[in-house]
Amino acid sequence: MSSDAIAIQTAEATGQPWVQTLHEWVTTVDHKRLGVLYILYALFFLVIAGLEAIIIRIQLMRPHNDFVSPQVFNRMFTMHGTTMIFFVVIPVLFGFANYLVPLMIGARDMAFPRLNAFSFWLTALGGFLLYFSFVGGSGLYGAGNAPDVGWWAYAPLTSRAFSPGHSSDYWTVALLVSGFGSIGTAINIIATIISMRCPGMTLSRMPLFAWLNLIMAGMVILAISPLTAAQVMLSVDRYLGGHFFDTQAGGSATLWMHFFWIFGHPEVYVLVIPAFAFASEIIPVFSRKPIFGYPVMVGATACIGFLSLSVWAHHMFTMGMNSYANSFFAITTFAVGIPTGIKIFNWLGTMWGGRIQFKTPMLFCIAFLFQFLIAGLTGIMLGTAPFNWQLSGSYFVVAHFHYVIVGGILFALFAAFYYWYPKITGRMFNETLGKLHFWLFFIGFHLTFDLMHIPGLLGMPRRIYTYEPGRGWETLNLLVTIGAFVQGIATLVFVANLAISYFKGAKAGNDPWDGWTLEWSVSSPPPTYNFASVPTVASRRPLWDLKHPEDPDSRYE
Amino acid sequence: MTNKNKTEWRAIAARVTGILVILTGVLLAARVCVASPPVDHPIPSIFDSHSTPADSIRHLSHFVLGITGLIFLVVFSLLSYAVVKFRNRVADSKREPAQVYGSTQIELAWTIIPILIVVVLFLATARVIHAIQDAPKPAEAVEVTAIGHQFWWEFRYRGLGVVTANELHVPVSDPSHPTPTFLKLLSADTDHSFWIPQLAGKTDLIPNRVNETWLDPHETGLFLGQCAQYCGTQHAKMLLRVYVDSPEDFKVWARGQQQPANEDEKEAAGRRVFERTACLNCHAINGTSGTGRFGPDLTHLMSRNTIAAGAALNTHENLRLWIQNPDAIKPGSLMPAMKLSDAELDALVRYLETLQ
Repeated sequence: MSSDAIAIQTAEATGQPWVQTLHEWVTTVDHKRLGVLYILYALFFLVIAGLEAIIIRIQLMRPHNDFVSPQVFNRMFTMHGTTMIFFVVIPVLFGFANYLVPLMIGARDMAFPRLNAFSFWLTALGGFLLYFSFVGGSGLYGAGNAPDVGWWAYAPLTSRAFSPGHSSDYWTVALLVSGFGSIGTAINIIATIISMRCPGMTLSRMPLFAWLNLIMAGMVILAISPLTAAQVMLSVDRYLGGHFFDTQAGGSATLWMHFFWIFGHPEVYVLVIPAFAFASEIIPVFSRKPIFGYPVMVGATACIGFLSLSVWAHHMFTMGMNSYANSFFAITTFAVGIPTGIKIFNWLGTMWGGRIQFKTPMLFCIAFLFQFLIAGLTGIMLGTAPFNWQLSGSYFVVAHFHYVIVGGILFALFAAFYYWYPKITGRMFNETLGKLHFWLFFIGFHLTFDLMHIPGLLGMPRRIYTYEPGRGWETLNLLVTIGAFVQGIATLVFVANLAISYFKGAKAGNDPWDGWTLEWSVSSPPPTYNFASVPTVASRRPLWDLKHPEDPDSRYE
Repeated sequence: MTNKNKTEWRAIAARVTGILVILTGVLLAARVCVASPPVDHPIPSIFDSHSTPADSIRHLSHFVLGITGLIFLVVFSLLSYAVVKFRNRVADSKREPAQVYGSTQIELAWTIIPILIVVVLFLATARVIHAIQDAPKPAEAVEVTAIGHQFWWEFRYRGLGVVTANELHVPVSDPSHPTPTFLKLLSADTDHSFWIPQLAGKTDLIPNRVNETWLDPHETGLFLGQCAQYCGTQHAKMLLRVYVDSPEDFKVWARGQQQPANEDEKEAAGRRVFERTACLNCHAINGTSGTGRFGPDLTHLMSRNTIAAGAALNTHENLRLWIQNPDAIKPGSLMPAMKLSDAELDALVRYLETLQ
């Protein structure tokens, strides 16, 4: 059975008509192919949302610039935020989870392959629906009109009085549809991890990657559900005469804020926990040491998961909650810092006494550690409610969450791309181009997002398409824009590296990094059914045991 | 220490110095571009506070910056040390290092220390939250209702009977005899946020909800701010100016605002244009048939330095342009182009210019 599967895989490589190949990819239920589809889909939207960011930055390059109209600018930042969160970061993380979780736990596929495919195509449909709004947003008039309500879509801007036409309906339906996709994938990840582990892989022997994705998937279910409910309520308001958020008929604008942020804050951790998962796999391998304090890492992540459900209103410190509520959300926010700090220290402990190899994936991981540290510290400033009354809604917040999402998550993602690229494609990427990408992106990132904090401190609010000269914001904004271009160029180097290496890269072999988890025991790319015979493991690092029979981990666990 | 080690350390020290030099340069550059003052307080920096609530936030922020700065230094040094010290050297590239799985004592230490820090941070924060949010309102306080509109501010002084727009006048507050200004914040349409960084943190204006904030300025002068919650197309040009006046100046200003609109018989033609076109649907001028509240009250239009919520200076040319083609100043604002003839426009602008 399993040897047949391997034979089928090799047959594919030989020439067959492209229609056939396309048909196979569209109808596939293989977790690896769906993983790759997710990743390619996210890369496509990464380029689009990146271009939107460039448009935003060109407009803000100098005061009173008229590169785009205010209407276009407002659509750009709405689409940039919505796309990056829902159609870049979530899909790419699901892509990696899909590809790697079964391989790491010794399974032949996800628990529900058809649900897996269904979820992907729902998410894909969501993205295309969102972008169809450029064509269909104004309904029959045919004039393009993408949503322009910001990615939080605060009520009552989304009510029909302030948002006529269909642009915000596209936003609503796109998120509703992709939300169902996310929940489907989350259920699938949970079911796979709970019930598909290979013999010997107890929960306490799972790679941290699987553990963290399990926690992430649980949080997706808890976070996406209120968002989905809110979208349904908003649609009821807009088309069936409901008044949940319609303030002109007595509805509540703050109700939407609560619904949105009880999704929105756990969502941040839904995105960042997989980034932790990448770091927790890559840092040990390139430090040549096992992860420091495995049980604590699992516990701290679970703790972050729980705490993150109780901090949502720190996004709403300025909406006039009473002093007790503000104090409560301040302390819960500070408390998240404790398990997050533990994680940073444990990665540090992993590197301590190791032999750190500065390959491209590790460079990105090290930068991730430094940048995530800073993002966490500015997070503490923002959690200090009175300080937040100055910082929230300003460019300081924009800089803070880009530090989390770009400096933290995207850097970890780049590390993951380089680390698993040989496994997924069977080819090595170009190390020189990888390092060039790293340094360019590193410089661009810091030029943009370090400096971006300062205009916020000088009173520059976010989401403004233009600003007055003479407030001390001009030079900083110009430098921020230059940094954005450097990042854009670096991203092109990255995409070029991926594309060129796919055809020209050296053969990777099964295990180019001398890794320890099960995905490195199979060929690159892995055969259709992953494992010819289901493996049995005796420790957290089955390949270490294999390579060091004299000193196996299983002796200590 | 071997010679080779020494040269490596020298290279690292050189690199670190280089980075520090660049950082200093950036900070200096930021300072230079921060200094060019035509207005009294041109840069609305949150660290240049001139009012009690903004001051207590600044003090708290220094404390928080100190603690986070310290954490940063410690962790940054440890991480840098680990990265440099434990980098792979050619000599032992093949050997695997000692496999360490964890240490309960160390992990306990780096759990308990952060818990203590969190407790300290929380106590400092809760104190300032209470001091600002639960501050008692003295009898001498000036009370203003601020109403956010797309895309301008309406100010109504309770007790004084003054109605104005976009430019808030408040008296300076003497610490020995404080006269703070308490604002009740409402919204006529979408969410907005009231933010004058040098006077107070921001508070949202939310429809169907009453919020409060207060200012207690110690220094006279003009303070700049703007709407800080995305409210629609022209969120960017919903600017806010707060004039902190001496108590005498404030009295004079309030008395001026309480007067009925100036009636100049020479400009009756312009007044007729105002009363016979759509102007009066949205704008009020005391003593005319215009009582609209959708746009700013124009009774004392000329007492304001700016029009269009701070988007343009209140000059003859700008008034003409604003009436004839608002999109030229503020595209997407809710003021319609009035499409008046040149004669009507001239008469109207001349009339508006009498509204001192």
